[in-house]
Amino acid sequence: MTDSSTVQPRSGADLNIVNVTKSFGDFVAVDDLTLTIPSGSFFALLGPSGCGKTTTLRMVAGLEEPTAGQILIGSEDVTYAKPYKRPVNTVFQSYALFPHLDIFENVAFGLRRRHVKDVKAQVEDILELTELTPLARRKPNQLSGGQQQRVALARALINRPAVLLLDEPLGALDLKLRRQMQLELKGIQTEVGLTFVHVTHDQEEAMTMADTIAVMNEGRVEQMGAPVDLYENPRTTFVANFLGQSNFFDAVLSDRAAATVSASVHGNRLGVPAARVNSPGDQVHLGIRPEKITLSASEDHAVPEGHNALSGVVADASFIGVSTEYRVDLPWGAQVTVFEQNTHHDTRIVPGANVALSWDPVHTFALDASQSVDAGIDSEVLQAVAATGS
Amino acid sequence: MATTATATSVTRTPLPPPVKRPGGIIRWIREHIIQIAAAAALFYMFLPIFVVVIFSFNDPVGRYNDKWVQFSTDAWTDFCGVAGMCDSLKLSIIIALLATAATVILGTLTAFAISRYRFRGRSSGNLLIFMPMATPEVVMGSSLLALFVTLGIPRGTSTILIAHIMFCLSFVVVTVKARLASLDSRLEQAAMDLYANERTTFWRITFPLVLPGIVAAALLAFSLSFDDFIVTNFVSETTVTFPIFVWGAAQRGTPPQINVVGSLMFLISLAIILIGQVISSRRKKV
Amino acid sequence: MSAGAALAEVSDQGKPPPTASGAPGKGKWTPYLLLLPGALWLAVFFVVPMISLLGTSLQTGSFEEGYEQTFRFANYTEALSEYWPQFVRSFVYAGIATLLCLAIAYPLAYCIAFKSGRWRNTLLVLVIAPFFTSFLIRTLAWQTILADNGVVTGTLNALHVTDVLNFLGLTEGDRILATPLAVITGLTYNFLPFMVLPIYAALDRMDPRLIEAAQDLYCSPWKSFRKVTWPLSLPGVVAGTLLTFIPAAGDYINAQLLGSPAYRMIGNVIDSQFFRVLDYPTAAALSFTLMATILVLVSFYVRRAGTEELV
Repeated sequence: MTDSSTVQPRSGADLNIVNVTKSFGDFVAVDDLTLTIPSGSFFALLGPSGCGKTTTLRMVAGLEEPTAGQILIGSEDVTYAKPYKRPVNTVFQSYALFPHLDIFENVAFGLRRRHVKDVKAQVEDILELTELTPLARRKPNQLSGGQQQRVALARALINRPAVLLLDEPLGALDLKLRRQMQLELKGIQTEVGLTFVHVTHDQEEAMTMADTIAVMNEGRVEQMGAPVDLYENPRTTFVANFLGQSNFFDAVLSDRAAATVSASVHGNRLGVPAARVNSPGDQVHLGIRPEKITLSASEDHAVPEGHNALSGVVADASFIGVSTEYRVDLPWGAQVTVFEQNTHHDTRIVPGANVALSWDPVHTFALDASQSVDAGIDSEVLQAVAATGS
Repeated sequence: MATTATATSVTRTPLPPPVKRPGGIIRWIREHIIQIAAAAALFYMFLPIFVVVIFSFNDPVGRYNDKWVQFSTDAWTDFCGVAGMCDSLKLSIIIALLATAATVILGTLTAFAISRYRFRGRSSGNLLIFMPMATPEVVMGSSLLALFVTLGIPRGTSTILIAHIMFCLSFVVVTVKARLASLDSRLEQAAMDLYANERTTFWRITFPLVLPGIVAAALLAFSLSFDDFIVTNFVSETTVTFPIFVWGAAQRGTPPQINVVGSLMFLISLAIILIGQVISSRRKKV
Repeated sequence: MSAGAALAEVSDQGKPPPTASGAPGKGKWTPYLLLLPGALWLAVFFVVPMISLLGTSLQTGSFEEGYEQTFRFANYTEALSEYWPQFVRSFVYAGIATLLCLAIAYPLAYCIAFKSGRWRNTLLVLVIAPFFTSFLIRTLAWQTILADNGVVTGTLNALHVTDVLNFLGLTEGDRILATPLAVITGLTYNFLPFMVLPIYAALDRMDPRLIEAAQDLYCSPWKSFRKVTWPLSLPGVVAGTLLTFIPAAGDYINAQLLGSPAYRMIGNVIDSQFFRVLDYPTAAALSFTLMATILVLVSFYVRRAGTEELV
């Protein structure tokens, strides 16, 4: 195990973003944002492009000035401080490695500006930690994408900032490398104990790496919490659609006082836990994730007692390897997506077959019907779906 | 040939004979017409250079060096044998060095102002910079002459220098601007993120990365100044720079030493460019 | 997308929006301070002389007695009525030279951009290097090349090509030197690098797969050139033609060294008016007219070619 004693965590400094707003002309990029990021955590800002997450990051770094609000690191108000006066470092999306300096000097840059003694030893340590030692004297353009990414990380990490900002640092890497780097980053963060704030549009990446995720949309935070909570219990349709996929049914709630609330969907009675009802009114979007649904042939009558059940006809079956994705037409014209893990193969379940859909009510959630059921879905996907007329 | 498909044998209709790959010289010419045209263009560009170099080894009869007489290295060994030539060379070099220094400084400042800032008057400033490039030298030279005559300023080395700085400025600005435009501003943001203040960022990041553009601009300014004739002729009166000397020689008599200078200019500039190439490709290797 | 949203998206990509203080500069006056020395120099030594030229063109007098300002616009009409042939000749020669230059330079630029492989840098060096050799010396070399009874002239005479050229009015007798053809050759030659490099730059920016796409869509090589490559190279062509035509129109060196008094260009006239005839007002009038004509021609040309930013 490499000795990371030279990169010690700063004593706990929370990052507080208080009522921060940023407008460009009359366009509001960040709208009255308030967040607290506890020290030592791996925090992710997740959202589609244009949601304001990068702008927020740049305001924390000092590369952008808030129109209103405050940014505090610990008790220090850094709202208007210059970037070089903040205990914050950034790993840029394009890496921004200095092309005329070799890797050693790139990594040493921050230390030299701060007139730190004994630069050589510290640089060598961090290069070992990020497995870059043999490349120390090369220039950035001689390195691969993955290597450049690690240099960018080392260059920021070596300064032991109170907050390390990562702006979609894995975007340019191919899938396998990205997965590997996700695990490495997480490992380094745990080992070194710094606060990481990671900005990304990739929900799988955020869920893999972060302790806490804030989902952003149009300058505001839609929901914040641990990945599991966000995924299993989304509070808005945006979050439900942005993280993974969701099926929605128009439903009317009744008997809201009970532990399991009753929802009526075109005459079918389905149950949803009271804790997962996030709607002021009784008109709701009833949601269930595709992987929670079980498919069985109608004639088997295999629906367990107490489970929510619907019946339909298989419209499409796509074999994906790990799972099979089914699209099932319901009697009233809606379509449901189901992911079934390929643990068994029922030859009767093919397009045209009558099937029963069932799931444990504990996985259901209900959201305010006034929200758009398409919020958070990639607009290109929407158009493609509309074009196929399904 | 009748074909009958049975359970045990299948006979196919025979394939047509293979098409021969089209060849021949006409086809080769058609396919390589661009390369041929390009080679012809290069030949056209270098023909005078060959003549210049070859005739520097000539031993001419009479005043003009336009017919080959016999091979001789006299021009090379007796380089300054022609009256006034070496003096004019020295003057041209000095003026070019001074003009380059001044233009590079002024031009770099201007290029930064126009590229990096948005301010009122930016587009007019841009236009002003562009105008000398769009003006024939006859007009620039004659207008400067008219000004100097009206103001009673004597024409000589200083007026030449003034004129050179004036028309080299646009080229320097354009060259440095191009280099600045390709500079990623995120590098400067990264530097500030890493505790470099504005001044340090400029000297450690911006300036080293713009430097190749500044060097290119300096080389361009030097050659524009050294080689200039028309504007210099208008504002010089009795001062003789090298191009003015050559012009006079075209009237009086062209010694082969002129060709020697021409050959040297070509070889030196070729060497500089090649060295520059080697340096930049060395930077890319391990 | 609204301007604000566009700014935000630019910000999202990590570049500072133009209105922010993204530049490492101090205050509001920094750009003006930076711009001042250069702009001042040009204002004093370019703009003021132009105005002075205009003023001189309206004076009367002579070199011996001195000139005085009389706002004599007749200077212009007199100068033009006497020297309009040279004006026309200058623009014709410059125009022909520009077209020839384009025809010669374009294949070379195309070859370097698309077909040069590892020879690209060498070829670029070869294009640029002659430029640094004194162009007077190179033009003198053309005197040697096109000399009477030299290799080139002799061959063309023997092949009777000269007869064709005589018919076209480009040459006279059996000489090439001291004819329009020689002048045009010199003009074309001098500005080749200025034509090659902008066209090369424009072609280099182009994605060569566009040509493949055109051929995939049934275009013959000529058609794909006409429909795809040529339009995309147009900014470079415009820049190159301007960098060639403007100096060529005012040139007098080629006319002097390679031409004869019968084929003087307007540059020769201006030069002789200033230095031999010593008629400053006429010279200034001619000079100013040349400048104005070029400005008008160029602005029409640029507007028609439709390129906004050349510099």
